[in-house]
Amino acid sequence: MKPSVSRLSLWLLLTPFLLWIILLVLLPHLQMLRVSFQVRESWDTIAWGVEQYQNFFTESYYWRTFVRTGVMSLFTTFLTLIIAFPIAWYIARLARGRSKGILFLACLIPFWASELVRTYGWMILLRESGLFSSWLQALGWVDGPVEMLYNDVAVIIGLVYNGLLFMVVPLVTTLDGMDENLVEAGYDLGGGHGTVLREIVVPWAMPGIVSGCIVVFMLTLGSYLTPVLMGGKDSAWFTEQIFTQFITRFNWEQGAALGVLLLVLSSVIVWLGLKISGQSLRKVMG
Amino acid sequence: MGMDSDLFCEGLVRRFGSNAAVDHVSLDVPAGTFFSILGPSGCGKTTLLRLLAGFDKPDEGDIHIRGQRMNDVPPNRRPVNMVFQHLALFPTMSVGDNIGYGLKRRKMPLAERRKRIARVLEQVGLPDLEHRNPQELSGGQRQRVALARCLVLEPTLLLLDEPLGALDLKLREQMKVELKHLQKQFGTTFVYITHDQSEAMVMSDQVAVMRDGRFDQVAPPEELYREPATPFVAGFVGDNNRLSGELVSVRDNLAELRLDDGVLVQGRVASDNLQAGHRAELYIRPESLVLSGDALSAGYSSMQAKVRTTLFDGANSRVEAETCGQPVYARLPQDGSAPRLSADSSIRLAWNPALARVFGADSL
Repeated sequence: MKPSVSRLSLWLLLTPFLLWIILLVLLPHLQMLRVSFQVRESWDTIAWGVEQYQNFFTESYYWRTFVRTGVMSLFTTFLTLIIAFPIAWYIARLARGRSKGILFLACLIPFWASELVRTYGWMILLRESGLFSSWLQALGWVDGPVEMLYNDVAVIIGLVYNGLLFMVVPLVTTLDGMDENLVEAGYDLGGGHGTVLREIVVPWAMPGIVSGCIVVFMLTLGSYLTPVLMGGKDSAWFTEQIFTQFITRFNWEQGAALGVLLLVLSSVIVWLGLKISGQSLRKVMG
Repeated sequence: MGMDSDLFCEGLVRRFGSNAAVDHVSLDVPAGTFFSILGPSGCGKTTLLRLLAGFDKPDEGDIHIRGQRMNDVPPNRRPVNMVFQHLALFPTMSVGDNIGYGLKRRKMPLAERRKRIARVLEQVGLPDLEHRNPQELSGGQRQRVALARCLVLEPTLLLLDEPLGALDLKLREQMKVELKHLQKQFGTTFVYITHDQSEAMVMSDQVAVMRDGRFDQVAPPEELYREPATPFVAGFVGDNNRLSGELVSVRDNLAELRLDDGVLVQGRVASDNLQAGHRAELYIRPESLVLSGDALSAGYSSMQAKVRTTLFDGANSRVEAETCGQPVYARLPQDGSAPRLSADSSIRLAWNPALARVFGADSL
C-alpha cells in the first residue's frame, strides 16, 4: 500500500472518533465553561465574572447539596463494592460451566430495560400501597401501610441496584484470571480467611475494584432519574440543581457553573482514589 | 508407627464418585528423608498430596504428622508447607514479602522477620533479592524463592508438587542436584511427587511407585531399579525389555520360559503366581544384555535377534533389534569394541539369568 493511501485510511478510521471527542465532549464542555463565567447584567448585556461561583459558595443550599451528593455517591460506591464482591467471587471462582453463563446473564437481564423502568419496578415494591408494605401488613407486623419510598435509603437502594452490573463485570474479569493455587498457598503458609482476602485476593483484584468503583461512582454522581423518582421532592441531588437552573429557572450561567463544579468534583475524587489505591488509569482501564 | 516418623498414613482413601483416586494408601516417612511418589499422570499422586496439605479430606484413613492426627486440622494449622507446581508466588508482593508472609502470620516482629528472610535467601543462594518482584526473576530463581518461602517456616514436612516441570532440561538437571543438597542442608522431610522417574531416582531416599491410586512398591531407588516388585514397576522405572512366553518350569528360584519362537530362556522368579503352562513375562534391562559371539558364558541365556538400527546417544547408545515381532534394546559397549551392526544382520543377545525377572502374566 502506498504511504498516502495508508495515511488516508488512518484518517478515515480516526474521523468518527475525533468527531465524537470534539463535537460531543470537548466543544460542549468548553462552551459550558465559557457560559459559567458570564454574568447577565440586563437582558442584552453580558459581562465576565465569577458571580455564579460566588453564588455557589454563599448559597448554603448549593454547596450542602453538593457535599451530600458527593458523600452519598461515595457511600453508594462502597456499598456496591461490598455487595458485588461475593457475587463476582461466586461467578468467577465457584460457578462452573453453564451455571456461570446463566448467573452472568442474570446480572445483565435487568439492564435490558431502561433505567426508568427499573426504577419504577423498585417503586412498585417500596411505595405505600406496594408489595412490601402489603406483605408486612398481611404478616401482621405493622398496623397500617408503610411508606418506604422518598427517603435516602430508597435512593441508595436504587443507585446500588443500577451500579451493580458495572461493578460485577470488572471484578469477575480480574478474579477469573487468578490462579487457584495463590489462595491455597495463602492458607498453606498459615493465613486465615481474613488474611488471605486482605493480603492476596484484594491486592490481586485491585485493578478491577478501582475500575468498577470509578464507573459506579461517576454513574451515581451523574444520575438524575433514580434520586428524583425514589427520593421525591426533597432528595436534593446535585444534578437536580443543574436541571432546575437550566430548565426551570432558565439560568444557563448558573447551571453551567454547577456543571463545571460537578465535573471538577468527580475528577478530583477519581484522581484521589487512584492515588490512594496506588493504581494508574492505564492499568485500571487497559 | 515408627518413633521418628514425620509422616505416617494408614489406609487413606479418597473417592470421586465411584472412582477411588487414592485407594488404601499407607506410608511411613522417617524424619529427615527425601520421599518421592512416582507415577504416571492420573495415578492419584496430586490428590494424595492435597490430602497431606489439607486442601482435601480423606474419605477413610488417618494422617499423622509427628504422631499428631491431622485429619481435621485445616491447612493453615498444619506443620506442612507446599511448593506448588506453578510455584504460586504472590505477584503483588516483593520476594521479601513473599517469604515474610508466613512469618508475619506467626506475629514475628519486623526486625526478626528481616533477619530470617535475609538468612534463608542466603541459604538458597539468592542474597539481596528481597526487594525484587517475583516476575523479574528467572525460572530457577523463582523456584528457589518458592522453596525459601516454605523453608523459612521450618515445617515438619515440605510437599513438592512437580515443581521442576516448568524448567528447561538443563536447569532441571541442575535443580535436581540442588534440591537434594538443600534437603540435606535443612534436614527437612521432603515429600516430592513427580512423573519423571529420573527426578525421583536422583533425589530420593525412598520412592513409592503409584498406579491407579495404590502404591505398587516403596523402596530405595536402587532396589526399585534392580528388584522391581511388579511388572508395572519393571516397565515404568528405567528402560526395560519385556519378553513374553510360556512358563516351562521353576527350579531353584529360576524360571524357565519358552519364547514364542521356541527358544528356552531363564530369569529369576519375581512373583508367586508362576505356574507351568501359563503365560509369563521376562524383564531384562538393556545394559544387562550382552552382544555375544558364539562364546557364551556358562549359565547365560541367549536368543537370536535381527538388527533394526543402532541409536547413537553417547554413553547411552543402543541397538534396536527384533525378536518374535517385539522390539528389544541392548546397550552398546562403551569401549569401542562394539561390532559394526548393519540392518537386518542377525545377532545373539545373552544375559545372566540372575539379572532378569520373571512375572506371571496375570500379576499386572
